[in-house]
Amino acid sequence: MNLSGIPLLTIITFLPLVGVPILLFVKREQEEAMKRVALGISALTFVVSLALLFGFSLGTAEPQFVEKVQWVPQWGIHYFLAVDGISLWLVLLTTLLMPIAILSGWNAIHDRLKEYLIFMLLLETGMIGVFVSLDLFLFYIFWEFTLVPMYFLIGIWGGPRRVYAAVKFFLYTMAGSILMLLAIISLWLTAQAQGNATFALPDLIKVANGLSPQVQLWLFIAFAAAFAIKVPLWPLHSWLPDAHVEAPTAGSVILAGVLLKMGTYGFVRFNLPLFPAASVQAAPTIAILAIVGIIYGAIVSFAQTDVKKLVAYSSVSHLGFVMLGIFSLTPQGIQGGIIQMVNHGLSTGALFLLVGMIYERKHTRDLGAFGGLMKLMPVYGALSLIVVLSSMGLPGLNGFVGEFTILLGAFGSKALVPQAWIYAAFASTGVILAAVYMLWMFQRVYLGEVKPENQDMKDLSAREEWTLIPLVVMIFVIGLFPAPFFSVMSNSVSAILERLPAIVTAVH
Amino acid sequence: MQLSTNDWLSILPVLILSGWGMVLLIVELFVPKERSSLIGWLSMIGIVGAMAASMVLSVNRFSGFSGMVVLDGMAAFVSIVGLLTTLLTVWTSLNYIRDRGIERGEYYALLLFSTSGIMLMAQAANLIVVFLGLELLSIPLYILAGFARPQLESEEAAIKYFLLGAFATGFLVYGIALVYGATGTTDIARLAEAAQTGRNATLLLVGAGLIIVGLGFKVAAVPFHMWTPDVYEGAPTPVAGFMSVGAKAAGFAALLRVLLSGLGPVRLDWMPVLAVLSALTMILGNVVALSQTNLKRMLAYSSIAHAGYILMGLAAGTEVGLAAVLFYLLSYAFTNIGAFAVLAALARREGEDQTFHQYAGLMRKHPWLALAMAVFMFSLTGIPPTGGFFGKYYLFLAAVEGGLGWLAVIGVITSVISAFFYLRVIVDMTMREPESETPSRIYPAVITTLAVTVLGTLALGVWPGPWLQMAQAGVKLFGG
Repeated sequence: MNLSGIPLLTIITFLPLVGVPILLFVKREQEEAMKRVALGISALTFVVSLALLFGFSLGTAEPQFVEKVQWVPQWGIHYFLAVDGISLWLVLLTTLLMPIAILSGWNAIHDRLKEYLIFMLLLETGMIGVFVSLDLFLFYIFWEFTLVPMYFLIGIWGGPRRVYAAVKFFLYTMAGSILMLLAIISLWLTAQAQGNATFALPDLIKVANGLSPQVQLWLFIAFAAAFAIKVPLWPLHSWLPDAHVEAPTAGSVILAGVLLKMGTYGFVRFNLPLFPAASVQAAPTIAILAIVGIIYGAIVSFAQTDVKKLVAYSSVSHLGFVMLGIFSLTPQGIQGGIIQMVNHGLSTGALFLLVGMIYERKHTRDLGAFGGLMKLMPVYGALSLIVVLSSMGLPGLNGFVGEFTILLGAFGSKALVPQAWIYAAFASTGVILAAVYMLWMFQRVYLGEVKPENQDMKDLSAREEWTLIPLVVMIFVIGLFPAPFFSVMSNSVSAILERLPAIVTAVH
Repeated sequence: MQLSTNDWLSILPVLILSGWGMVLLIVELFVPKERSSLIGWLSMIGIVGAMAASMVLSVNRFSGFSGMVVLDGMAAFVSIVGLLTTLLTVWTSLNYIRDRGIERGEYYALLLFSTSGIMLMAQAANLIVVFLGLELLSIPLYILAGFARPQLESEEAAIKYFLLGAFATGFLVYGIALVYGATGTTDIARLAEAAQTGRNATLLLVGAGLIIVGLGFKVAAVPFHMWTPDVYEGAPTPVAGFMSVGAKAAGFAALLRVLLSGLGPVRLDWMPVLAVLSALTMILGNVVALSQTNLKRMLAYSSIAHAGYILMGLAAGTEVGLAAVLFYLLSYAFTNIGAFAVLAALARREGEDQTFHQYAGLMRKHPWLALAMAVFMFSLTGIPPTGGFFGKYYLFLAAVEGGLGWLAVIGVITSVISAFFYLRVIVDMTMREPESETPSRIYPAVITTLAVTVLGTLALGVWPGPWLQMAQAGVKLFGG
């Protein structure tokens, strides 16, 4: 569907780029003006992206807002954009988080501000592009391109070990994704051999589904390598704590909020529909890795004294839930996984913002350096409590909706052999552990005695409040009214499940 | 012997360029020494003229001198890449050689002669012409490598390049002799017929092997790469850039012609050899580049590594592989000349500091220069949206399609390794603080080179269609 001929997705994807030339012409001294330009552009992108929500038609699994033109005709590469009930939410998450991230760095970044803002806007285009591309080649280009701005954001504006973290981030991700490139090439060659040389996902799905299970499995592994590193699935997570700890606050928010979702999204968008047989075959293995990640991430979080590292490891745990949901290969599991992607973006994004706020005040993230912040900064404390509870999965808030549906899906899964309840049982321990490390953190930082050297800490400024309020509102909205979110995605999820072999789906 | 129009047309671009080179030599006598850059400006006329001729003539296939020289799509494509390289090298050199106090008018004439060699090699339809072209390419380059005389490194580079180059030529000539002995012909098209009969197969293969060795030296393939780092390090920077792209393009053009059309019938014999060479070249080039502290040496090893990637397309031995090689040469020309131009732009009167820490904080001193270098480094790594990405993609595609999946996997792994040292340059430029705050002067001519190379690198990455079409047309007209 194309709203009266307006290429809406192109506009949303490339609107951030409009800010780049404008920023280039603003004088370096006019910091305020540059920040306003970047914020304005990203806010405008968010407003425009809301049109997707209003123009979205329910009741169909077909891709919507389709734009498809030839790009490199010799190879059958298309400029093929579209959204469905799954990618819609991730696009909105991206456009929502970006202005917040820019706002969060308002007073923190002074050095080379212009370049910083340009990289943020480039990153936004790259991320939106990843979520709206339905051509594998185009997707790959956006996917690889997001590496570049993020690499600079960590490497230039990061903490003391930023160079190490940036290079590690780059090499890990590139190593995974280039294997995916080989898989994409071999898919294309198969399609070409069948007389239809194209990278368009709908066509390639037909081609790939016809492959033998053996070949499917190899290609599945190559795609999974790229996505699993990005998620990150245990044991491929070791780049994540480094990248998070060193990245500036805005970088962490985007990294946790959106970039990691590119991995989980990739599994849903590409691995499941392209290689259904292999997905069923690999589901138990991936689910076990996910559960190890859930428990490992939670335990390691508990051992951290650096708040940011704690939040980073909690991401490993939370993303484990998402992966478990996806590879339960049930409607509930996948829908829960998708809603949990959004939830994690909101909650963990907010957690990184919260950490950044006290870091800006005291230049330390050591758990032991704080205490009694609830008394000292009541607004900050109250907002933090909501976010922490959301991250723990308290009913009534968004985290609960996601985790509950995922566990439900895992419990009823036919793909998780031999007994799905074992998987679900182990995963639920993660919920308990999350409560432990989150509350422990909350207790040490927010409750107890105020340290004398912290007496000067001021409560949030209006700008800081406004970075958190949209996220907190969404935490409540999803927590209290999850039904509309599920109904938007249900058709798209069913379409994916329909391709899976009957053994898995027979019961549903 | 009566020369026909076809004869003339088939070597017209070469004639224009080498003729103009001779004119320049004469003009140089009347130009005062301090105004030698005039020769540089004048040389562009010849380059542009030859480029125009190549473009116009590329619509058709011309064969001249009893089939010894052929001007087909591939030859035109490689010629244009060579001429583009030369043009960019001239712009880079204008201020560089003056600042280094080595400005002499014959510099540009030699560049033009060397480029004629590139073009002749691309046009060679006879092994004798391959040899002629190689000599025409190499001899001016020996002089150019030593042009920074009396600097010791430059002289060392010239001697090394000359000795090993002569050695390589020896291999080539011996190979040609053996092939002639086996088949009774040096004509590449008739070579194919003779190869088909399977007579004297061993002799033919030994000869072919020696030819591969000889040309392998020129393209800096492992294990014939030893000269590369020392020569690049010592040679004037624009010359090193020219060698890394132009000489390589010529070597690959000749390899393509000899292997695909001449030895096509026995391809099963040479394909594994090339595949192994390709793998070794990629691995050694990238791994050794990791430990370099001198940027020019790093780029030298990187150019070895890229020879390995290009060899992948050759080893595939298909039309796709051929087109991939051509496309890659073009993207590599933009990227690598650009990278060397950044080096040249930062060279000072006192000499060049080529260590990595000279680049520390470049983003603060010269943000645009740092941006350009970052684009080149990303392109060499193969990150979209740059030409290097599409080039590598095309080569991987050719390898997988040609049944060389394992080679593509090696290519992929070494690409990740290469990210490490290319990123190091970017790390130094953007993430470290400069040691001194004084920005050096960057000249407009070099900026032109950089602008063209950055735009070219990005254009190939964002809009590869038309360029691909050029490369594929080059293959179509490549009739053997």
